[in-house]
Parts: sequence; structure tokens; C-alpha cells
Amino acid sequence: MTLRGGPGWAKSGAMSHHVLDLAGQTLHARADGSLFWPDQGLLCVSDLHLGKSERIARRGGGLFPPYETQETLARLDRAISENDPSCVICLGDSFDDLDAASGLAEDARLHLSRLQAGRDWIWIEGNHDPGPIDLGGTHLSELAIGELAFRHVATPAVPEISGHYHPKARVSGMVSARPCFLADKTRLILPAFGAYTGGLRVTDPVLATMMQADAIAVLTGQRALPVPMAALGTGRR
Amino acid sequence: MTALPPIIADWFKTRGWALHPHQQDMLDRSAAPATLLIAPTGGGKTLAGFLPSLVELSEGGHAGLHTLYVSPLKALAADIKRNLTTPVQEMGLPIRIEDRTGDTGYTAKRRQRADPPHILLTTPESLALLTSYEDAPRIFAGLQRVIVDEIHALADSKRGDQLMLALSRLDQLAPGLRRVGLSATVDDPQAIAATLARHPDPCPVLQADPGPDPQIEMLVTETRPPWSGGGAQYAIGEVLEQVRAHRTTLIFHNTRAQAEIFFHRLWLENEDDLPIGIHHGSLSRDQRERVEAAMVAGELRAIVCTGSLDLGIDWGDVDLVIQVGAPKNVKRLVQRIGRANHRYNAPSKALLVPANRFEVVECVAALEAARDHDLDGDPRGPGPLDVLCQHILIRACAGPFDADQLFAEVRTVGAYAGLSRAAFDDCLSFCATGGYAFRAYDKWQRLKQTDGLWHLRDPRAAQRIRMNIGTIQDADLLKVRMRRGNRVLGEVEEGFAASLTPGDRFLIGGEVVRYEGLKELTVEVSRTPGREPKVAVFSGTKFATSTQLSARILRLLNQGSWPNLPGHTAEWLMLQGEVSQIPSADRLLIETFPHEGREHLCLYGFAGQNAHRTLGLILTQRMEAAGLSPLGFVVTDYALLIWGLEPVDDPAALLDPTDMRAGLDQWLQGNAVMKRSFRGVATIAGLIEKNIPGPKKTGRQATFSSDILYDTLAKYDPEHLLMRVTRDEALHGLVDFGRIEDMLARIAGIDHRRLSRVSPLAAPLFLEPGKVPIVGEGRERLMAAETERLMAEAGLSAL
Repeated sequence: MTLRGGPGWAKSGAMSHHVLDLAGQTLHARADGSLFWPDQGLLCVSDLHLGKSERIARRGGGLFPPYETQETLARLDRAISENDPSCVICLGDSFDDLDAASGLAEDARLHLSRLQAGRDWIWIEGNHDPGPIDLGGTHLSELAIGELAFRHVATPAVPEISGHYHPKARVSGMVSARPCFLADKTRLILPAFGAYTGGLRVTDPVLATMMQADAIAVLTGQRALPVPMAALGTGRR
Repeated sequence: MTALPPIIADWFKTRGWALHPHQQDMLDRSAAPATLLIAPTGGGKTLAGFLPSLVELSEGGHAGLHTLYVSPLKALAADIKRNLTTPVQEMGLPIRIEDRTGDTGYTAKRRQRADPPHILLTTPESLALLTSYEDAPRIFAGLQRVIVDEIHALADSKRGDQLMLALSRLDQLAPGLRRVGLSATVDDPQAIAATLARHPDPCPVLQADPGPDPQIEMLVTETRPPWSGGGAQYAIGEVLEQVRAHRTTLIFHNTRAQAEIFFHRLWLENEDDLPIGIHHGSLSRDQRERVEAAMVAGELRAIVCTGSLDLGIDWGDVDLVIQVGAPKNVKRLVQRIGRANHRYNAPSKALLVPANRFEVVECVAALEAARDHDLDGDPRGPGPLDVLCQHILIRACAGPFDADQLFAEVRTVGAYAGLSRAAFDDCLSFCATGGYAFRAYDKWQRLKQTDGLWHLRDPRAAQRIRMNIGTIQDADLLKVRMRRGNRVLGEVEEGFAASLTPGDRFLIGGEVVRYEGLKELTVEVSRTPGREPKVAVFSGTKFATSTQLSARILRLLNQGSWPNLPGHTAEWLMLQGEVSQIPSADRLLIETFPHEGREHLCLYGFAGQNAHRTLGLILTQRMEAAGLSPLGFVVTDYALLIWGLEPVDDPAALLDPTDMRAGLDQWLQGNAVMKRSFRGVATIAGLIEKNIPGPKKTGRQATFSSDILYDTLAKYDPEHLLMRVTRDEALHGLVDFGRIEDMLARIAGIDHRRLSRVSPLAAPLFLEPGKVPIVGEGRERLMAAETERLMAEAGLSAL
């Protein structure tokens, strides 16, 4: 069991971030799980999974607290106000399914519109939300800015920024695993930004084989903490 | 006096048996709506319970179910079936007896529903499941009697609450249902009687002759007990001597880890090759059954075990019980000892083996309490609402219901007699729509009302509800399998498995195994005989020393001199008196001292480990806010030790009761113990489903964690039903805040001793395992330094 520090702690100043170099570009992996590209004024988040609780209820899977959309948008709001990006990319699985997108509650729609106002907004398609969404912004299956490609699921083509896997990791002394970025010199995988998202341990072979040996994980949480992926140990050989 | 029908009386005569007075008594009172029998093991309790049924059924002519027998253990149901069937067959009585538990096969279960036997032996969960079927009215229509066995083990738990709620349902299906409870010795028989009876029916308590008092003594050893730790390795020589001198000895431990380590070391010194087995809850069923069978057959000279053996199977020829480690609870100890040597009029024998020097005091206190018949018991609060929610869902599976009627039904259960209509409606609302302040699920609600009656919106939901019936909280467990040969050794908690790296060695089932890896949901291991295990296995005990026992210990400590304690312990206490002072009941002793570069604070609360852990979390939070940079703490049942960077000059200020209460509420929001409680509550109430149709995933991987649900509710809906239930549970159980408040209320003042070094009484805490790290500013700096170091080592700091 661990205890976070006193109340003053969480609200201290600007959010910490870890600086990454991807194909010569400087990127900030922030402690809240968002990615900021200062030279482009671009903020990127992945796997929001808005509307998840409603989708689960619709499928007879239980009636979970219906606040995750509100919470995820609040976090996104904070990331946007801290960085004032001119462009925001949502890197896929922004909605738990297309019905969730069309069924978004009124106040969530309004909040989204406010966030979109005055900036470019790009929805990248994911496997959960593979079609166009009627919520403002531009819909693309992938986007390239200079050398960097933004897509939902990683491919062999690098340099690339993707999401989909919801990576998470734990360092000794931590109570439970935290969502994390995975980064090597040519590939970056974003953590899931949404409130109701589970995760895949970085020690899972799917992730381990995708990244190079010198890859690092950047843990989210109070601070962005980089750790060599190799130091996280493996549950398998 | 009711006479036995000739066919039964004759059978008794041919055996030379006469009825015990309490068995005759039960027969005479068989028309009563409720009766509670307190009888020791071997006192013919089971026969006393069943005799009226056998008499009523002996004439034949009763169609369908007549008597229901419920016990906490599947194995017990199977056992009783065997024991009852033999005489019934010998007497040639026209009575069908069957058992029905999680182990009963599918075909047998279907047949039992279509054509129920006269006597059905089952468990609380299986009974709840039976009441969930649409044909429940037909199954239970002719039911006359319900026998609840080992009711003392059920009464204080959610399982008991679920059982009693199920009985309230049976009352509707079988009006005039009579209830019988069978119990071991307890501190408050009236409380159990009130639990058993349909409120407000009376329930007389029958006491069978308790037999002679148990003989309990301390084990005398040549080596002194160590300063701290939980094992009793120092006493193995003497323990083996005792095993040699007796027929069958049970050696009880408080945790599975201790049992494993002790068993391992015992065998290293077992030069006579005495057959000794091991039994605890994490071993595979196969292994446990083999040990149980060997024990019953008299093939084992000793069994190293945990509370897993407390219930159920016949202890046959056990003639000595050894309790290793402080018993923590006198009632449990006495009940446990009472099972040994149940040839009715011989006293049971027990030896206490303290695991460390402080436990010597606790064992002596427990011994004296047992001699004084001073059993401990904490009064229980009202019936928990999460169990009520599950009951409502179960009821809905059986068919539409009227809310007013269900409310009245529930209030006939003793624990829920004081249930308010508002609380009931909250539970109903939760079951129907999730009970959120923000009404989001009207379209997908689980229950809806049609023509005034509540029913499932989607009948298919019944399957999922039935799959998740129960209140037992299993940790997420993974099977442990030998890589070659595929033998299943047992189970370990998922958290433990997640912390292993290949090559780690741990103990299970008495074997040292090497962790190879995780394959799907199984932990694969290989043998490494002869190597020492490095890692402790399983999580620790959740039991704290009871309030009464703690009070007794304090009295013992304040005797002035200690002729009843061994010399080494008396010397230790005397030194404490010289260097600092002996803690007393009416003043709280706090010692502060420096040690190895850190500032320490030791608080002698005597409030039990759970309350101390909570107090530790609250106090360190206040210390953090005050800039005192706490780094960690550790607890025992009698004290709390905190260390940090700054000395605490005014401990009394940290303990202001009003501030504490306010601090508790704020702290309750974020902490791990609350989240663990919440997980249990949410699972029982039906928010989280443990079992879903389809391929199996473990709790941790299947959905996002319940921690996220907790955090969300804490932020957006803090007064949600499940949050309130979790907070209420926090007053007892793992958070045990009630005991902190009791402690603060009992003390007249605080004695602060500023020492230059560690005191004798504080010394053992330094060796205590289970240190809790505090993640504050200090810790974050340390972690950042650590990750920096790892990065530098890997040559990545330039990134």
C-alpha cells in the first residue's frame, strides 16, 4: 500500500513531461498520457473510448458509473488549456463504437465543440470507430506530418506514432501498473488516455517484440518517469 | 416427553445407545419455530438436529422436500450424507437423502429440481441459487424444517446474511417453516439465536453439557523465542517431541506462508520420518482431500495447517492441538481446541507456541482468558446492503415481485429488522438502474416495473446473475502447475505471481519450486529440491488481536511483576520499565527516538494490526502535510512504528480526534484498503461480475480495474450506495477505524517519551515484515533518482 502525499501535491504547477526525440523531432511525453509536439503546436491523445459505459450497458454487461466521458473530456480540456495547441489529433478508438459517437450526450457534444473551437481537430480512425463521425473536425485513416506518420495501429513502416495497445507498466514500489508511453528511436506508442481503459503489460511479447532493445517506457501519473523497457523484467522467457 | 417411534427406538436399543438429554430436548421442542443448540463436537449435535426429521418421515407419506440442511462446507454436506444414510438404510426408513453443492453434477442437479429428495444437504450459495429458479415455489412447497449447522461460523459473515435472506424467501414458499441452529461454544448465544429466528419469533437456546474444560498450556522450550517474526522454528525440536508422544497432532498457523515454512523446516529435522502432512486453502483440492482422507484413516501423526481445517471433517483421533503464533482471538482458539479428542468426556489438550517475544505475553493472556471462559466477540452492525442487493437480483430471477412485500419479507431477517424503507429503495434503485445521481440508463435498466411489479428487463440477465451468486471473496488466483508432468500444486494470488521473475524460488505444498514463467493463466514451476526458498508466499493474515484480548494484555503488562511469564520475557519488560515505561490502558504511550539516520515514532495503541495500519496511513498523511517527510511505517497488533526525516516534537497534535475524523474522510477517498473493500462490495452487489459467459479471464485482465470505478464514483458520485456501504465497512474490517476511535476515547492523556535510542518494546518492530512505504515528496525524489540511475546505467540518459 502506498499513500500519495498531502493535498498540495497534486495541484503543483505545470504537468511534468519527458522529452523524446523521434526522427529528429522533439516531443513531450506528458505525465497525463498526452503527447505534445512544441514545434508544430500539436497535441495528440489516443484511445479515449468515449461512451464506453453506455456501450457496455447496451450489451447487457453491467451498469457502470456513467461519468467516463465527462472525466476524459475534463482531462483533455486540461491538456489543451495547458498547451494551447493549434492542432489536436485523436489517434483512434476515440469512441467505444460508432453508436457511442452518435449517441454522445448533449453537454459532452458542447464541451467537445468548445475544445475544437479555434483549432484544427483530426480524428484518426481506430478499430472501434472505423467510420466518419459527425462531430466536427477532419476524419482520416492516417496522417503524415513531415516524416512522422500518425495512425491507430502500429505497422512496420517507421517513423510512426500509434496507439491501440494501451500499454502499462509497473516499477517496484508501485502499487499497480500505470499507463505508459513506449518509445524507441523510430517508434512511439501512446498510452490509452480514456478514463475507462484497461491495459496490456509491456512485458507482453506483442509489445516486447515490436520495440527495439533500447526502448524506454515513460510512466504516467504524478510525474512522467522514463524507465528502460528492458529493466521492467519479463514474465516470460 | 416425546417417545421415539418403535422402528427408531429398536435400532437404538440394538446399539446400546440412549438419547442424550439435549437430543431428547430437541425432539420435545420440534414444533417450535426456532431453536438453537450449543453443543461441543462429539456431543451428538447432528443427530439432535436430524432426529425430529427422521421421526416425522419414518411413517412415510411425505412427498418431496421435508428437511433442508445447510452448512458452510461442501465437504461437510457430503460427510453428513454418508453418516445419515447408513442408519437410515439400516432402519429401513423410506427416506431419500441427497447433497447438492458446487460439486454436484449437472444431471443430478436437474433431477433434484424435478424430483427433490426428502432431505437435502447443501451450502448457503447453492440454496440461494435454488431460490432463484422460477420453479422454486414447487421445489420448496412441502418444506418443514431447516437445519443450519456450524451456525457460529456463518453468523458473523456475509454468507450468514445471504443464508438468512434466503430463509426469509423460504418462509413465503413454505409457511410454518421451522428453523434449527447447531453451534459450537460462543460468547453470546442470544445474538446467534436472534440471527437464526424469523424476527421477531423467540428462539430458546439449549445448552448441551459442554464437557470438561480444555487443558491449555504454553509449550516449554529450551531456546528463547526470537525478537520478531511469525514462525516458530525455534520450537521445532519440542514440537516433534510432542508429535512423538501423541497419536495425531494438529499444528495450526495463522498464515499459509508460516505453515509452509514451518512444514519445510519440520521435515528437515524429522529424523524419525514421522508421517506429517500439510493442509491449507491454497493447495489443490486433490492434495487437501488426500491429507483429509489420510487423517481420518489415522495414517498421519501430524498435520501442519491453517484455519482451513477449522470446520468440517471429523477430526477422528486428534489428541493434541498445537497453536503456533498468538491466537488473536480467544473464542476461535477455544472452538478450535474443542474439536480435538471428541470422545465426549475427555478434556481436549492444547499447547500454545508464541512465535516471538511479544507473543509470549499475548499467549499467556489468551490462556488466562480461556480459563476464565472470557470469550471475545464484537457486536455486529446491521445487515450489509451489498448482500441485500444481490438478494433482490436473485429474487428477480425467480419472477416478478412487489416492492412492499419484499421489503416486509427482508425485515423478518434479524440483521435487517431495522432496515429503513429508504435504504431498501436505494438498493432497489441500484439494482434497477445503477443508482447514479446522473440517470443514464433508463433505456438499459436491469429491473423495470410493469403493472406495479418489478421484473428483469431482459430475462437473459438471469443467467449472469446466477453465475455470480455468492459472497465469498476470492483473491484472483492462478493455478500453479509443475512444468513437467502437469501436476497442479495449488494456487497463488495473482499479485504474488506478477511480482515473480524467472528463477525465483518459493514454497508451495511443502516443496521448493522454481518459477519458470506464466503460461496463459497458469504459473509454471519446476522442482529445485534441496534449495532454500527465497520468497515468502501468499498474503498475510487479516485477523487482528481482538479488543478483549488486547485489554487483557495491557492489564497483564501493568501487573508490576510477572511471575506468570517466562524469565526472558519478564526481564525484557523490566528493562522497558527502566528505559521508558510500560504502556497502560488509560494513557497512550508514544516514544520518539533516532535510529540509523532516521527519526522514529512508536505508538503503542494495542488496537490490532488493521487499526494500526489505518492510523499509520492517516498519521503519515498529516506528517506529510506538516513537512515532517515520513518515509514508511510498520505495524503489529500492539504498536505502530513510523520513520521519516524529521523528528516529531508534538505527537499529541497529530492525534486530535476531530482532526483525525476529518482526516479520515479525506483520506478514505484515495486509499488502497478502501478500494479493496469497494471491490468486494461492488462484486457482491452485482456492479462487477466475476464470472461471465465465454472464455475465462482473470479479474485483473478482464475489465478495467474496480479502482477506476472507485475513483470515478469518489469524484462524481461520492454518496452513491456502494460508496456508503464501503465507508461503513471501513469502520470495521480492514480499515477498523472504529477501534482507533475507541482507543482515543479510552485514553485520558498521551505520554510522550523522547529517547536517545530504540526502546526494548519497540525493538521487535524493526524486524517485522510488511513495511508500508509512503509515497510523498521524499519518496518521489527517491524514485526519480532511481529511474535516473537505471537510465544512466543503460546509457540512455542522453535521450
